[in-house]
Order: sequence, then structure tokens, then C-alpha cells
Amino acid sequence: MFGLLTGALIISLIFSAHVLAAKKAITIKGSTTVLPIAQACAEAFMNKYPDIDISVQGGGSGVGIASIIDGTCDIGDSSRPIKDKEKAKAEEKGVQVYENVVAMDGIAVVVHPSNPVNELTREQIKAIYTGKISNWSEVGEKKGKIVVISRDSASGTFEAFNHLALDKERVRPESLLNASNNAVAMTVASTPGAIGYIGLGYLSPKVKSLKVNGVEPTKENVVNGSYILARKLFMYTKGEPEGIIKQFVDFILSSDGQKLADEAGFVALK
Amino acid sequence: MKAQVRRIKERIYKGIFTFLAFSSLLFLVGITITLFLEGLPTFKEVKFLNFIFGKYWYPTYEPPEFGILPLILGSFWVTAGAVLICVPLGVGSALFINELAGRRLRAILKPLIELLAGIPSIVYGLFGIVIIAPSLQKLLNLPVGLTAFTGSLILGIMATPTVCSISEDALSFVPRSFQEASFAVGANRWQTLTRVVIPASASGISTAIILGMSRAVGETMTVLMVCGGAAVIPRTFFQPVRPMTATIAAEMGETVMGSTHYHSLFAIGLILFLITLGFNIVAELISRRFRLKLGLGR
Repeated sequence: MFGLLTGALIISLIFSAHVLAAKKAITIKGSTTVLPIAQACAEAFMNKYPDIDISVQGGGSGVGIASIIDGTCDIGDSSRPIKDKEKAKAEEKGVQVYENVVAMDGIAVVVHPSNPVNELTREQIKAIYTGKISNWSEVGEKKGKIVVISRDSASGTFEAFNHLALDKERVRPESLLNASNNAVAMTVASTPGAIGYIGLGYLSPKVKSLKVNGVEPTKENVVNGSYILARKLFMYTKGEPEGIIKQFVDFILSSDGQKLADEAGFVALK
Repeated sequence: MKAQVRRIKERIYKGIFTFLAFSSLLFLVGITITLFLEGLPTFKEVKFLNFIFGKYWYPTYEPPEFGILPLILGSFWVTAGAVLICVPLGVGSALFINELAGRRLRAILKPLIELLAGIPSIVYGLFGIVIIAPSLQKLLNLPVGLTAFTGSLILGIMATPTVCSISEDALSFVPRSFQEASFAVGANRWQTLTRVVIPASASGISTAIILGMSRAVGETMTVLMVCGGAAVIPRTFFQPVRPMTATIAAEMGETVMGSTHYHSLFAIGLILFLITLGFNIVAELISRRFRLKLGLGR
């Protein structure tokens, strides 16, 4: 009995080692904003191709690009384009960094449906969030204190909004913290004086989205570049992707992959 | 031979149960060590006093600022408010159950109040967001209903079963003879209650209140949902605040592992742990005094 068990154990160990050795692996590192897309696509991709193993890690855009240059990952996620400094470093190391745009990120500024304000300029949004404007009467017909709703400062949406709308200036400390896009939508929907921001994928009739600099926050306007609170999301690779890496990047860009990006709250490219 | 086997068996059982008894201690030690190991690196980057007394919490900006005074005060205000609510409710219901309620009413009431403790905190949180916050906002014409008071109200209700249950135990510990003696010298029910029963169980009731407080100060999900989360030093009960627990819960998931921000969240946890530990030590000291005073001591 005991011998049988030991034997089975040894066989299973050998077998699993064999399977592990045969598995092809892709390592993905970088931006926490891109992480949900990478994660969802990796899961679907691994279901489709069980012999490929994909590990997805966060760390931030800087880490993603640095890891591509150092060769410690196969795909480096980034929510911003590569900087000149990083390009120079890559050249120094003889690495050609290839840019793949995988999806877009659009952020809508939302208010309570009863709010008569229909549009704000980027400057007004910045003034509201940094505390220079604190009453609705300063930007339109509505009166009353503006309840500023923000996200936890470690989240990708916060980082994007802070970069795109606030030029990385500090959000006023009195702003309310909500821990998810849905929580922001919920608070705005129940607070007449509130202003918040959410990923385009989380818009619902319960909140009213504002035009920014006169442009409606729609997926079309994000893709054609006219809506300014939007950005491209990148997956950098070492040279043009080849082999299983190309297979994976192509999967993300396919209609299946783009659908997953859309479900994760981002804007699909097509 | 047989006796020997039995002795070995007994020793094994004893070993198993000793291990089980000490395993919770093992976790406690493990958690404490982790808190210190992960929390202390913060103070290489930020001075301890600047951490505790800093007024601004901007951990992800360049340059970052790690001041948790608004968070400590946020926790403090919400807890203080919760105590104001759970003490009258909890102690009051304990007095009613112990002194006034009949046997049948008591058999229904006590489990019912204790059932409140079994409701998951996220349900309390949803209740707060969907019902209490909007009505509070309309009622008091506030800019937003997610405030320290909203948190206090819900935490107060959540801590009530703890306070009620332990106070009731303390009241029932008062020996029957105390009351009989009081009635015998001609005191009425009210005088017996206020001059004999409550003073005799005072330390037990204090323990109940302190444990209720530590329940309120450590609660996370509810305060994350209903307190609004503004990291400012609170001036009134009717403004949004951000307690320490809410900060940890909101930011831990998305911070970069090993960064100062990550360590600072552990440091907040460490301070919270020390506060709760303080509460529990005080509660233990008081309850010891109580046992000795009534001659129930060890």
C-alpha cells in the first residue's frame, strides 16, 4: 500500500515536471491600469491554448518599460508612451522597443442628473478638483457647494485623471474617497451637488456625463482623439512581437480580446 | 502494557490540545511580527512624528506626503460618535433584559440583539449608503450624506450587541444577595438599581463599553462605504472623514509592493493594532478588578 502510494507520488511528480517543462511561458509586467486587460486576455488565451502559461504582474508603467529594456519580461504594460530618456536607455543596451497599442482609456466627468451644468472646460475641472472653485455658481446656474468625489490615489483611474486633467497637481484633501468606479457612480447618483469621474465603461443613466471642452465623452470621440480625457494603453515588446508573444498580442487585438477590454471598462480600438 | 498505551494516548491528546490552545497565540505573534517588519521601514523615509502628526496624506504624489493625523482623528471621531450611540442602547437594553424583562421576553430579546452581531458589515454598509446617507442629506440639508455621523450611527448599531451582551453578563454576575440585602433595608427598585446593581457591575459595564469601542475602531468595510473618505482633520460630525481602516482597505490592493506607500499602510495597521491592544489591556485590567471586588477573583 505504502509502496504504491510512493510510486504514484513519484510518477505524478515526474509527470508534472514534464508538463511544466513543456509549457511555453509569457511574462507580463507593468502598469496597473493595463493589468485588468492583460489579466482577462491572459485567462481567455490560456483557456484556448492550455500549453501556454502567462504570468501577469503589476508594478507600474515605469517598471513595465524598464523590464522590457532589461529583458526581465516579454511584454511591458504601460499607460503612457515611452519617454525619451527610456528610449535612449534602450538604444544604449541595443534593445529595440516596439509599441503595441492595445486599447484606450477614457474618463468621463459625471454629475447628478438634476444638475443643470452640461459642460466644463478642462481648466474648470482642474480648478474644482484642486480647490480653487468650490461652489457650483462659479461654473453655471446651479448653486451650492461642490462635493468633489475622487478615487483612492493608488488606482489606475485616479492616476489617469490626475495626469490628464489635473497636470499631477494635488486633489483637494476635502475630496471624498471612493474605492471603485461603481462606488463613485453610486455616490454621484445620490448626491445632488456631487462631481466625480469614472471610466467610460461605467457610464449609466443614473449619472449625467459632461462635455469636456465641448466634446461629448463617447467611445467614438475617444478613438478619434477629440475627447481629451483619454489616453492610449500600450504593451511594449522587444522588437516586433514574434511566436507566442505575437499570438497573444494578436489575440488582444482580435474582436474577442477587444471585447474583454471593453468589459473591463476600457475603450476598444474598433 | 495497556496502561502504557493509555498514557501515551493521553500524552498525544494533551499535546494536540495544547497546540490548538497555543495556535491562536502563534497567529497573534505572526501577525505582530509581520506588522512590525512591514510597517517599520516607513520610518526610514518618514520621521515618526511627521507620520503621526502630519496633516496631509498624499502617498502617491511626487514628492509624497505621509501624514496620518487626519486618519487618526477620523477614526477617533467616528468611534467617539459610535460610543455615544451604542452605550445608551447597549447598556439600556442590558438593564431592561436583566432587571425588567420577564423570563419569556428575555429569552426572545437577548438572542435577537445578539443576532445583530451576525449581520455582515458590508450589509450594514449598503444599508448606510442606500438608506441612511440620502435621508440624512435631505433631512439636514447637507452637501453630502456620507459623513462621520453616518459612520457613527451605523457603527453604534453594530457595536450595540457587544456592549449589551457583555453588560448583561456583568449585571447577572451581581449576586442575588446584594439585591435582597438592598430590598431588606427598604430600598425601592430604582434605588437598588442605581445604588447597588450598577455600581457593583460598573467595571463589567466599562469592559463592555471598551470592547464595543475596539469593535468600532477596527471596523473597516462599513466605514469605507459610509464615511465619505475625505482625508481632512474633521471639524464637525457632519462632514466626510477617512478612518485609518478605510485608508488601508482602499489603498492596499493597488499600491506597489515594497514601496514606502505599501509600508506606510502597514504602519497605519501597526498603530491601529497598538490602539486596540491598549483598549483590550484596559478592559482586562478593569474586569480583573471587578472580579476581585465581588470576591469572584482567582
